[in-house]
Amino acid sequence: MNAIYNFVYFILSFLVLSIIGLFVSWIDRKITARIQWRVGPPWYQNFADIIKLSGKEILIPENGNKFIFLFSPILGLISATICGTIIFLVLKKNFGFGGDLILFVYLLIIPSLSIILGGSSSGNVLASVGISRELKLLLSYELPFICGIIIPAIKSGSTTSLIEIIKYQEINGSNILSFSGILGFIIILISSVGKLGVVPFDLAEAETEIAGGSLIEYSGILLGFYKLTKAILFVVVPIFVVILYLGGSEVNSFGGFLIFLIKYLIVVILITLIRNTNPRLRIDQTLRFFWGWLTLIGILGILLTLSGV
Amino acid sequence: MNLKLKALKKSLWVYHLSAGSCNNCDIEILDLLTPRFDVERFGIILAASPRHADVLLCTGIVNKKCVERIKEVYEQTPKPCVVVAIGACACSGGIFRDGYQMAGPLNKIIPVDVYIPGCPPKPESIIAGIVKFLRELK
Repeated sequence: MNAIYNFVYFILSFLVLSIIGLFVSWIDRKITARIQWRVGPPWYQNFADIIKLSGKEILIPENGNKFIFLFSPILGLISATICGTIIFLVLKKNFGFGGDLILFVYLLIIPSLSIILGGSSSGNVLASVGISRELKLLLSYELPFICGIIIPAIKSGSTTSLIEIIKYQEINGSNILSFSGILGFIIILISSVGKLGVVPFDLAEAETEIAGGSLIEYSGILLGFYKLTKAILFVVVPIFVVILYLGGSEVNSFGGFLIFLIKYLIVVILITLIRNTNPRLRIDQTLRFFWGWLTLIGILGILLTLSGV
Repeated sequence: MNLKLKALKKSLWVYHLSAGSCNNCDIEILDLLTPRFDVERFGIILAASPRHADVLLCTGIVNKKCVERIKEVYEQTPKPCVVVAIGACACSGGIFRDGYQMAGPLNKIIPVDVYIPGCPPKPESIIAGIVKFLRELK
């Protein structure tokens, strides 16, 4: 009985996450269009894209590995949905254990890994360029991302539980209201732009250079699964940032939910603005940027947090 | 009228295929993506790979080197897909119809759904042609 309940909860959260994610992706596209002085797509655009992709033919490359090619988009979608389910449960405050922060970091890596698996099984040259870039990108943004996670974890009394972090911020104010908090927020915001794979760091699927990169051989609903994974990550990663830094996750009352929604949209709009005002970086520039300045700021932030500033 | 066809009409991803054109039509196609014409408001975006595409926009006379490549790209495009011949050359051969390198207009090689003549056609006429086709599509 319990297993059935969990399964239904998983499916429900998948549906909710997809609807919110596709809608937020539309907000992202619309803002992009307005910045470029265009009209932009209608609100149902992303839904139409996914429904259209589900009706298309699925082509499997001849010299690829068929099983991994079909399996990896589903793997990415499932892990992104698990992230979303955990975050919904944490926000409702009836789930959580010591170490779910670390679990979360691991689960957020799997969508990138699924892109790498899918690209490498498709047997295309441009896809292999794409996966090599995706792998280096994963290595480069993960270090500052973890710096950005350690800062609120130390602030909230050296805990690795998301609920403890939320509770600490309810009592003592948001983590961003201190000098080290501001540093940490900047770091985690830029690393999550890398995690979402949008423009300054979209070198893994650079459409103008390597024609879609790791996703080049995907067609039909498999491509739709990758688009859905991206959309769900667009929900999960900003909410994660909100939980860690902006606090105030009182979602059970209407006013609290509204404030939470505004905070979430602020993070989404910040990511969109970063994406619209920066050109694509090369992979060596990306690595230097993440492991150089951003990690230095991160270490400075951790030291400041330890000294209580 | 089923849902998938409706969705297809609302979100056409375009792959731009140049089969030996003089680049005039290609420039007009790129104009479509600029803020002035903004085809993203109809859900049309440029796809990077033929695997992602629903529409093949073909320009240029089809010269003998291109025939194999065009067939290959057409096979790589997942069906249902739409083929649009843009410009006088792709529609009929234009002034090159007697040329030694001519392998026939596009409809000798692959089935063509929409013809948009002009040398080059204006962006407005490309939009008008595609919109007329979408109204007819059932």
